[in-house]
Amino acid sequence: MQTLLSMFHTFPLLAGAAFATLSISLISLVFAFFLGILVCAMGFSRSTVLRGLATAHVHFFRGVPLLVQLLLLYYLLPSLGINLSSLAAAIIAVSLCSSAYVAEILRGGFLGIPPGQLEAARMVGLGGLDTLVRIQVPQALRFTLPALVNEMILVIKASSLVSVVGVAELTRTAQNIAASTYKPMEIYFQVGVVYFLINILLARLGALGERRLAKAHQR
Amino acid sequence: MNFDPSVLTHNAGAILGGFAVTLETWIVGVLIGILAGLAIALLQLYCGRVVSAVLRGYIEVVRGTPFLIQLFFLYYGGPSIGLELEPVTAGILGLGIYGSAYFAEVFRAGFRSVPRGQLEAGICLCMTRGQMVRRIMLPQMLVIIVPALCNTIIVLSKETAVLSVITVPELTGVLTGIGSSSFAFLEVLVALCIGYLALVELTAWCGRWVERKVGRFMLR
Repeated sequence: MQTLLSMFHTFPLLAGAAFATLSISLISLVFAFFLGILVCAMGFSRSTVLRGLATAHVHFFRGVPLLVQLLLLYYLLPSLGINLSSLAAAIIAVSLCSSAYVAEILRGGFLGIPPGQLEAARMVGLGGLDTLVRIQVPQALRFTLPALVNEMILVIKASSLVSVVGVAELTRTAQNIAASTYKPMEIYFQVGVVYFLINILLARLGALGERRLAKAHQR
Repeated sequence: MNFDPSVLTHNAGAILGGFAVTLETWIVGVLIGILAGLAIALLQLYCGRVVSAVLRGYIEVVRGTPFLIQLFFLYYGGPSIGLELEPVTAGILGLGIYGSAYFAEVFRAGFRSVPRGQLEAGICLCMTRGQMVRRIMLPQMLVIIVPALCNTIIVLSKETAVLSVITVPELTGVLTGIGSSSFAFLEVLVALCIGYLALVELTAWCGRWVERKVGRFMLR
């Protein structure tokens, strides 16, 4: 009963914070997606320099913990004379980190397209751009959708680290409530439930999208 | 902004100590995770629907919530049910719990990839369940899952950085501490990146080596 009552009180706070978490994650995901496409394209480029840069990007952002990347941006940019709010630093850090994963996912998707199809496309006289838009991209997206949804869930979870630099999202709000109510167990349990529900919902939506795409493909 | 490595050399002892804590929490956490994950995968396989569903729920919850929240729940929430843990213990336990769900999924996929015919052959030879697990399933599965296993181990090595938030004196905690007291953020952050990159690349390299070594058992 006590827990129920406290849940009643904290719910509006947590709902607002959940919205902040979702916004940060979604904005970061959009950036990460486009940056990931760029890095993936660089990885397939003919230029050694571009390929090297893409490899370095992927190795660095996948090899260093997100927390360290976050601290790097948060502490180092001001000393370079760039003053960012903690929110901006957080979104940039999460985007950069996630873009490396997205690039690798997309790379896998493009490599998964049978080379015969590309040869066939050239045979029918499709140009490079047409091949990309009509043959490679649709299939690569279909192959990689499950992995991309998984990456979304990872980003939602990773966004909890943003609390460390003081962004008032779900985890930070939970810390504040826990500090003021002295009920850490209840609060963290509730917040865990919120994260879990968001992720379950995302996973379900992803599965739905996957089925849709599979059906569209069969026709 | 200039780079002054003396901050790092003066604190070399503390930094190495932090690295040791990172290694300790990581290795012990991974071992707990692997053992618990293997137990979960086996229980799911052999102990009926109810047990399997309960464990499925455990896996989903652990994988569906942020590691940081799990740590807070364990470390700050624990005392209210009488579970008072040292930061390092809480960190290792948290890492083990978090890893167990991921390892369980890796093992489950591994068990599923053992060809059915081999299990039927085992039954025909009157092998007991334990014999089949030990002599057929585990050896085959361990070869198949090496890449996924290494991947999870690498992910966990990076998660150890999060332990600094619950005041575990590991690499990130020690170095950012030095950074805030000396304002030498550039030096400590570069050192942090190099430390983790070296750890991750080295682990990935070991993983590929093991993969090559066990790879020949796959060629038949």
